[in-house]
Amino acid sequence: MLSDFIPFFIQLGIAIGLSFTLLKAAALIGPKRANVIKQGTYESGMDPIGSAHQRYSVKFYLVAMIFIVFDVEIVFLYPWAVSFREFIAAGVGPGVLGVIFLFVIILAIGLVYDIKKGGLEFD
Amino acid sequence: MNLAWYWTALIAFGIVNFLLISASVLVYAERKVSGYMQNRPGPNRVGPFGFLQPFADVLKLVFKENIVPTAANSFVHSLAPMLMVVIAMASGALIPFARGVVIADMAVSVLVLLALTSISVYGVTLAGWSSNNKYSLLGGLRSSAQMISYELSMGLAVLSVVLISSSLNMVTIVEDQGGGYGIFAWNVFRNPIGCILFIVTAFAETNRAPFDLPEAEQELVGGYHTEYSGMKFGMFFLAEYVNFFIASFVIVTLFFGGYLLPFESVLLAQFPGLEDSILLMIMQIGTVVLKASFFAYLFIWVRWTLPRFKYQQLMTLGWKYLLPISLVNALLVAIGVIIFS
Amino acid sequence: MTVSILFFVLAAAALTAALGMLLSRNPVTSALWLILNLFCVAGLYLTLNAEFIAVIQVLVYAGAIMVLFLFVIMLLNLASLPDLKRIEWKRIISFMLGMGLLAMLTFIIAHALDVMPDPLSLDLAAETGSASSLAKVLFTQYAMIFEVIGILLLAATIGAVVIAKRKPV
Repeated sequence: MLSDFIPFFIQLGIAIGLSFTLLKAAALIGPKRANVIKQGTYESGMDPIGSAHQRYSVKFYLVAMIFIVFDVEIVFLYPWAVSFREFIAAGVGPGVLGVIFLFVIILAIGLVYDIKKGGLEFD
Repeated sequence: MNLAWYWTALIAFGIVNFLLISASVLVYAERKVSGYMQNRPGPNRVGPFGFLQPFADVLKLVFKENIVPTAANSFVHSLAPMLMVVIAMASGALIPFARGVVIADMAVSVLVLLALTSISVYGVTLAGWSSNNKYSLLGGLRSSAQMISYELSMGLAVLSVVLISSSLNMVTIVEDQGGGYGIFAWNVFRNPIGCILFIVTAFAETNRAPFDLPEAEQELVGGYHTEYSGMKFGMFFLAEYVNFFIASFVIVTLFFGGYLLPFESVLLAQFPGLEDSILLMIMQIGTVVLKASFFAYLFIWVRWTLPRFKYQQLMTLGWKYLLPISLVNALLVAIGVIIFS
Repeated sequence: MTVSILFFVLAAAALTAALGMLLSRNPVTSALWLILNLFCVAGLYLTLNAEFIAVIQVLVYAGAIMVLFLFVIMLLNLASLPDLKRIEWKRIISFMLGMGLLAMLTFIIAHALDVMPDPLSLDLAAETGSASSLAKVLFTQYAMIFEVIGILLLAATIGAVVIAKRKPV
């Protein structure tokens, strides 16, 4: 129900207020003496070479992609977990577990394929 | 709790303050405990036994200049630490502190907690990106890849708890652990593998040692917060400590009986007058804080016991061991639920 | 009453966020607007008492899919887009007015032909939008479709691996 969420949103609002206060208080109280060296990008004391926004390894993309697939899988499993006892009470527990088992196996094939292809090797 | 909104707001304000205070106590505890573990006294100059050290540190952070690098995206640069603090503080609303003492008691509160965890990846990613610094970006990418990898095993560990108690509500999950067997109805005994998985992934999600690669100072300087100083750095610091305190509370709530006293049902049968009394409420709050403090201590203890993982070890552990184990564990728990019902 | 006020506030916020996503010049800012939009949509689900769907919306879209978007933006260094065209406001405004007119006409025709769906009551929505009522049909009646979803996700995994691990020719 929506009304159950209202206390949560109140806490969220207080948390946002707190973080604003922290930022603003520090910005008001702290000194403001900007200079070029201080505002420069840190690169172990050297002048930075090029921009940091360069192209990075595709492996991170692969990790994120497989994460999405498994996240969706877990989301599908939650309704099952909540009502599994109801299924058992209705006498279809083992059958539903079989359905879930097949689903997990199908996705595990993807994980095994990825590991075998070296998609998750970071070195 | 059905209270008017201003009472809820007052209690929420109280909990935010409790988390702020406990963060500074944890900073002190961490420095003191690590001091004793390394055979040195730790902070002992500011106040009795150095107890005022964290407050002095906060004052120092407030009086520092807010430095935003010229190359950085200034809006996102401030958004990232705010996001971290907001998420850390908001998750405090979901923890049941005693029977009937929880701010937000919705039917899907465990999922809300997981959703908050998944959003906290943005704090790290955006901090790394907005600084426009190579160390920051690498640290941010690394730690967001780490957090999403371990989020899966965490989700599955929570799933195994949900299977046992067949509810997504944290209060119901706690009450479900108060069966007739005293502490043996706690989920840690009914689902030990899930408990270990959850504790390990909680370490990884809060970026604590041995999973603190984002700030591996030998290779990445400060990781995603290299370009942060003053209060913005302080906010990341605050969020880290609040996060691991909240994580301890969540471990206790899901696996160690939450606010339930050990053998509470036996106690209540002995003293029926205790039920719904203020004394029981105070005892429950004390119990949950005590249990959570133990796990907070565990977080500090582990930091000085285990060395940091290498990045490929971390990814191997997450994807090749924890994820398959947690999948199998969820299915095993399901079979167990069929057998025992 | 409160719910309908909330609906208009959230819908306005969602539209603003969507426009912000389309109009902002920086890919990361665009992604941030899109995240805000997804939160507003989750709020809309909440006003319909579908709390499970609302939380899943945040968990999957904001928590997983947008992380992938941000990763890709960072990995490809899209931060500097080449030669952007100026936005032609006249065309955009005329397009929006045209779509508004179309929506109104469709509404009137649907109303006249009496093919509008009946609105669900909020209590009924709370019942049907919950996790357990979803489970009741998903794992029994639609079990076959559920497995097909699994195969679809498997195809996504394998596709990602094949594209990312392709040997340079």
